[in-house]
Amino acid sequence: MYLYDTYDQAMVDARVAEFSDQVARRLAGTLSEEQFRPLRLKNGLYLQLHAYMLRVAIPYGTLNARQMEMLGQIADRYDRGYGHFTTRQNIQYNWIRLDDAPAILADLASVGMHAIQTSGNCIRNTTADHFAGAAADEVADPRPYAELLRQWSTFHPEFDYLPRKFKVAIIGSETDRAAMKLHDIGIQVVKNAAGETGLRVHVGGGMGRTPMIGPVIRDWLPPLQMISYLEAALRVYNRYGRRDNKYKARIKILVHELGAAAYAREVEAEFAHILTLGLEPPQAEFDRIKAQFADPAFDAAAPHDIDLSDPDFALWVDQNVHPHKAPGYGIVTISLKPVGGIPGDASADQIRLMARLARAYSFDELRVTHAQNIVLPHVRRADLYTIWQALDGAALASANLDLISDIIACPGLDYCSLANARSIPLAQKISQRFGDIQRQRDLGELKLKISGCINACGHHHAGHIGVLGVDRKGLENYQLLFGGSEGADTSLGAIIGPGFSEDGVVDAIEAATNVYLAHRSGDERFLDTYRRIGSAPFKQAIYG
Amino acid sequence: MTGQRFTILSGNDLVTGDVTWWTGSGWSRHVNDAVAVGADAGAIATREQDALRVVGAYEVNATRDSAGIRPVHIKERMRALGPTVRLDLSLRPDDPAAIGWIA
Repeated sequence: MYLYDTYDQAMVDARVAEFSDQVARRLAGTLSEEQFRPLRLKNGLYLQLHAYMLRVAIPYGTLNARQMEMLGQIADRYDRGYGHFTTRQNIQYNWIRLDDAPAILADLASVGMHAIQTSGNCIRNTTADHFAGAAADEVADPRPYAELLRQWSTFHPEFDYLPRKFKVAIIGSETDRAAMKLHDIGIQVVKNAAGETGLRVHVGGGMGRTPMIGPVIRDWLPPLQMISYLEAALRVYNRYGRRDNKYKARIKILVHELGAAAYAREVEAEFAHILTLGLEPPQAEFDRIKAQFADPAFDAAAPHDIDLSDPDFALWVDQNVHPHKAPGYGIVTISLKPVGGIPGDASADQIRLMARLARAYSFDELRVTHAQNIVLPHVRRADLYTIWQALDGAALASANLDLISDIIACPGLDYCSLANARSIPLAQKISQRFGDIQRQRDLGELKLKISGCINACGHHHAGHIGVLGVDRKGLENYQLLFGGSEGADTSLGAIIGPGFSEDGVVDAIEAATNVYLAHRSGDERFLDTYRRIGSAPFKQAIYG
Repeated sequence: MTGQRFTILSGNDLVTGDVTWWTGSGWSRHVNDAVAVGADAGAIATREQDALRVVGAYEVNATRDSAGIRPVHIKERMRALGPTVRLDLSLRPDDPAAIGWIA
């Protein structure tokens, strides 16, 4: 876990005091809304469709039990008893009173959290592989680098007013569990043949109205030069990024228009200059940070074999528990996607339960995934049954990870003022249509992602099946995309044809799954079959 | 006024953030309490925002039918009701027909 030092705590406490004063002045009328709006957004406080919404940063999706309990307490004390975990590994509260906001931020600060830089044209919260430090397939733990990024990017004065918002993701495995190539900067920790650690840097990826896969700008970077290199990458963007058109202001447009090679040359020139300034952290400082992410004291005698005679439990283990690097341990993903439920929502009681389970069984650690689920990263397999029983009693034991009902969905028009169409009711209908778990397992891995507008918070471009909600003459309409992926084989989905009504798109998705089942070869996933046979059979089945 | 479009005024309560509608003498959370504002909208919005009673006030097109005032755009109907996926948190928690009013 990251640990706040006195600088972190002092900065966050000072920000709480500053924002408390700003809220008081707004309520007294000495600040106008025009003056106040950028100040509240700097603190993650939006005015959404129904009320103020607070977006809380969860650094690279990592939490301890005390922090998770605080999130539950805030949901109960200041909101309406629930929170919404987002595709940015953050949490949002939908019903915040302005006069409560300072107290909430003070509560968050008391557990080393805040809502700073969750809005605005700055470097947002860094996201990371939610299995970091636990995955059996990990090359190197990305969290120490993510922590360096957190410290570097927080309150960075030069990058507080970029042309547009800026998102960084980092992974340490060949398996990309963070949609890394679809971020403004994506970093992969790699090792060369000599076993040395380096960083591969992608720049210019993103979703939104102009989806792009970030090209490799630097194939190998000495790890301690990461900050200097990103400083150069951001400086070039700050210098040349467009500020005249917000739809062309993201770095992906700059990299695309300059060309990746030309952009890389600009960055290298700036990088050469920055290297003379000595910005790199000393090895001792990096080692100090790295020590905060040392392995917990795993039980070397923890048994692998467990009793799987309960079929429901066995199903859950098979679907929701991933291999851990430590023998006798597993990585548990708690699905926040019950059939008919709201993807990513958790009640205060559920949040507190997950915190208790983390404290008792996962070395006090939790992760939030970009797929809107929660991970207990270090669980003894021998404890899995106890955990499953507790989750099952709280409607948190859906055995549907990566299946068609494990849907990513943005808040959509039910909550979001930018949305054109509702996302959540569609997700609910799809999960109900495919409610039978055996049917879902027969379909296998099928990542379905829904966005309620072109901003793509629901990652529809990266769904094996993606759905984009649009406004069609005042009516909600849904476009269907096939062939997207966020993993190591990142690809962008393509629109299959004319849009549908809400019920129509559910029927179309079912028709597509039938095509897949009819054409599946061997262990192919839906995505594999689609890539092999192309869109024509799907169009034929859907449109006739 | 049935079937004819008219303009009502909406915004959010400064303190609670609640969606509110101008009633002619104050603000209500219920869209059916709204009144047509016509050419006065801008002046009312400025006065009420300066008085710290509302934030982000703006004009909304609406019609009237047998159920009352109906904002023309779905986004405004959503604001007038609350989230359809949490009717318990909406202004019509015991009325399943409310979802049909949105579409």
